[in-house]
Amino acid sequence: MDELRKRLVIVPALNEESNIGQVVEDILGSGLGLDVVVIDDGSRDRTAEVARAHGARVIKLPFNLGIGGAVQTGLKFAFRHGYDVAIQIDGDGQHVPSEIPHLLAPLQSREADVAIGSRYLGAHHYRTPFMRRLGMVIFSAVNSMLIGQRITDNTSGFRAFNRRAIGFLCAHYPSDYPEPEAVVILGRNGFRLKESAVKMRQRLAGESSISSLHAAYYMVKVLLAIVVDVFKTYPKAG
Amino acid sequence: MSIRIQIFAVCGSLAISAFIFELIRKRKMLEKYSLLWFCAAVVLIVLSLWRNLLEKTAALLGVYYAPTALFIIAAFFAMLMFLHFTVVISRLSEQNKNLAQEVGILQEELRGLRRSSGQTE
Repeated sequence: MDELRKRLVIVPALNEESNIGQVVEDILGSGLGLDVVVIDDGSRDRTAEVARAHGARVIKLPFNLGIGGAVQTGLKFAFRHGYDVAIQIDGDGQHVPSEIPHLLAPLQSREADVAIGSRYLGAHHYRTPFMRRLGMVIFSAVNSMLIGQRITDNTSGFRAFNRRAIGFLCAHYPSDYPEPEAVVILGRNGFRLKESAVKMRQRLAGESSISSLHAAYYMVKVLLAIVVDVFKTYPKAG
Repeated sequence: MSIRIQIFAVCGSLAISAFIFELIRKRKMLEKYSLLWFCAAVVLIVLSLWRNLLEKTAALLGVYYAPTALFIIAAFFAMLMFLHFTVVISRLSEQNKNLAQEVGILQEELRGLRRSSGQTE
């Protein structure tokens, strides 16, 4: 019996009018029974209109909250509307909706509360700039140490959460560069994580939110946040 | 400590206290944020009036020139104040974020309700 029938795909998007239509269409046309909510994080282009025209629900944030605040908005929406699973997917076309079943599998088999789509599991080869690669190796080492489990793709924004994880993250979602931090917070609060090998595309158009110039700053900031997270107290996850 | 520096210190502390009082009276500052300011002003007034106490405090801190102790204490309060502000700002940011998320979600829900009840937007 497949209990995880109500599934919401959360698509955080900032100035993605050229990609968002295709992304929404791919998700709705996947045949997986997915609902879509696009979180428009203060775009100045027609992201929201384009997404609606393609059949997505759109939450327009009154001003830019950053990727963490945007994803958390989607999680709150999912929790209130009784969704069993929330899938986070980038609005830039990097993630392929047809790979979503790989993320759902560990949740459906109850092996995990959170599934992370990984570029680096399996036989895929992605060219990554040196600084980003270095960052990923460091995150992987630090996070493995803190949660006692090796996560190969800590910066992946292609994830699926079950209802328990959704409820927890509604109250505790990191803000600026949330992905590696979320891994630590979830892992240390008793949520079971599992990585699934997924294929990702190069970006369709537009610019990645992390340029190589910001990579060093990003790493230091996130590592600091992760170390601090270890000392934070959280109410017991319900 | 020269009498001149003492006069400056007392006048300065009194002026700050009066200004804070005025801000609260005009409701430009909430009482709960004024407590730390008042504590600072009171401590500085007491220390600048009561020379003996200031000199003992200075000796305790290992400061040879007593008025310097006054500056150190004032700087300490300034530091506390900055910390306090950072805490307040953090709380406001969090509340602000939650409100923004709430507004976004409610707008979309309202849109859905209007559509299903056949109203135009």
